[in-house]
Amino acid sequence: MKQLKVLSLPYIVWMIIFILVPLVMVAVFAFTNENGSVTIDNISNVGQYSNIFVRSIWLALIATAICLVLAYPVAYILSRMEKHKQGTMLMIVMLPMWMNFLLRTYAWMTLLGNNGIINHLLGLVGLGPYKLINTSGAVVLGMVYNYLPFMILPLYSVMEKIDKSVIEAASDLGCNRGSVIFKVVVPLSLPGITSGITMVFVPAISTFIISRMLGGGSNLLIGDLIEMQFLGNSYNPHLGAAISLVLMVIILVIMTVMNQFSPDDQVLI
Amino acid sequence: MNKKLFSFLTLAVMCTGIMSGCSSSSKASDSEEDEDVYEQTLTVSDEEYYTRFKGDDISINVYNWGEYISTGADEGTLDVNAEFEKLTGIKVNYTNFATNEELYAKLKGGGASYDIIIPSDYMISKMIKEELIQKIDYSNIPNFSYIMDNFRNMAYDPENEYSVPYTWGTVGIIYDESVIDIPEEEIDWDILWNEQYTDQILMFDNPRDAFAIAEIMLGYSLNTENPDELKAAMEKLKQQKKYVQAYVMDEIFDKMGAGDALIAPYYAGDALTIMEENDSLNFVVPKSGTNLFVDAMCIPSNAKQKEAAEMYINFMCEPDIAFANIDYICYSTPHSAAFEMLDEEVQNDPISYPDEELIANRTDVFVNLSDDANKLMQDLWTEMKSSEDEAVNRWLVPIFLIGCLVTVIVVLIRRHIKNKKDIF
Repeated sequence: MKQLKVLSLPYIVWMIIFILVPLVMVAVFAFTNENGSVTIDNISNVGQYSNIFVRSIWLALIATAICLVLAYPVAYILSRMEKHKQGTMLMIVMLPMWMNFLLRTYAWMTLLGNNGIINHLLGLVGLGPYKLINTSGAVVLGMVYNYLPFMILPLYSVMEKIDKSVIEAASDLGCNRGSVIFKVVVPLSLPGITSGITMVFVPAISTFIISRMLGGGSNLLIGDLIEMQFLGNSYNPHLGAAISLVLMVIILVIMTVMNQFSPDDQVLI
Repeated sequence: MNKKLFSFLTLAVMCTGIMSGCSSSSKASDSEEDEDVYEQTLTVSDEEYYTRFKGDDISINVYNWGEYISTGADEGTLDVNAEFEKLTGIKVNYTNFATNEELYAKLKGGGASYDIIIPSDYMISKMIKEELIQKIDYSNIPNFSYIMDNFRNMAYDPENEYSVPYTWGTVGIIYDESVIDIPEEEIDWDILWNEQYTDQILMFDNPRDAFAIAEIMLGYSLNTENPDELKAAMEKLKQQKKYVQAYVMDEIFDKMGAGDALIAPYYAGDALTIMEENDSLNFVVPKSGTNLFVDAMCIPSNAKQKEAAEMYINFMCEPDIAFANIDYICYSTPHSAAFEMLDEEVQNDPISYPDEELIANRTDVFVNLSDDANKLMQDLWTEMKSSEDEAVNRWLVPIFLIGCLVTVIVVLIRRHIKNKKDIF
């Protein structure tokens, strides 16, 4: 056991240098101003961006809910397939992720554009053109598309472990198909649901490039706001750090709530 | 449909391909002749001057915009950095940045040391103020004499002590001629506020450029720091919001090229590149005035090789080199000899070289704004961008968080009670 502990040393060093130290620096920046004196102005100034926070949380929640609804049946069907087929199907799920994230989002710009492929096809049957791109719907679509695999994978890996005999037993004891799902599969897959939600919600709430590319720049999200503080005209890393810190607290709180719904022995984070 | 697919496929290579397309065609007519010229006439004014560091094993770090130097990627063009290394024996480490702010963040962070940087006007004045760049010894740059008079002592560097202009250009309107049937002379900034083109207008996604347009229309200075004027400009931009399809920067290339939008403001040099993609596009520099931007070479205060850096600047101002660069990047040159070497067609092109009266009287150069004005502009910009949202109570998020915490506590207490019951 002692020798094994030594093996974890590289990661601990890594963690201290690249995770812990930057976190402390973010906190230091958030509570100081340019002259280096301690202040809470930055944190209290974050309040004026409440509408952007609300929109980010709202859009991320919608995207997470859609991901869950879409991914759950897929993961269930996948996990009940024959073993050799599962590998192939899983690869198909993963396939979009092999392509660069930016390129995938760029592709949606071409699809959704005013002269884009979708409007073009609708035009052939005499519909449209509709305003698809540069709406908050397009931003949600981008989030769902990019983060869906992160929902499917944890769900699948949990469901795969549900023994077939458990489901058979439930049916034997008089459950119909609906109650098998809701009384047996859903409770057993709760850890997968919570980790799936975490893995979709967290990147979705802090994304910035999706809202810029598909939201047309008029659907500002927290990510855009943070980026503007570091690479924008005003260059205010202190405010940027404060916004990041508030965002971290929000995510932490939301995740804590999430964890209350998973079984006691499988608390995440 | 095919065009769409094609444009999608070309996206991947777009970033690298953009500029080369522009340069290759601009000299398609006389490329063969050029090739000979390039091979033979790279003569520098003073060979001895350039060779004094030979064998000293010096290297300089050059930090420039992407696609902003002749790289020799196209046949017959000059690889400027390689030529410099060959001539002087000084190694050039060449890297790119995408925005002035990125450059600023790098320098300010202090992590990196560069010997040559090429920021734009307002960033130069900001860097002078913050002492991030140092004075240049012009006696080491004899070729500075080629820089045209009207590009010396610009507002951002009034005594001309810190910078050597590299390129310049104007901001104008790029539009689809086939749809917008208005004579060129009548197009002005107000077309970006025209209800008729709702959802067909693109706008700068950067406060400084966007505010500049509103400020020109309202008759203010581009460098105004007056809060009331800035607020009025923001109101003007707010009015425009309902007509704007999207706020974009580089996406303009794609959207205008593919015909997804009809009108957009953009920089002259880049507009030429977009026009190559889509024949029906045209570009005008509005008569009511515009922003003149200058990118200039500077030496950061923490440069390790100042003299070698000055040598590099001098080399960039060699007529042949300046011409090779300007021919490649399609912006306008402040270098008199390089200008003389351009085709007559290019020299008279109103896009690259608008008439002098306009330049002299109706253009303004950005200088750095005070921190307060910058902050106000940024805040107004954020306000404008999120103006459609209903006002949200600033306590909403804290209340939401407290609600979450209460839920957690309730769940924990219930669980605790339940566990206690289980024991008995």
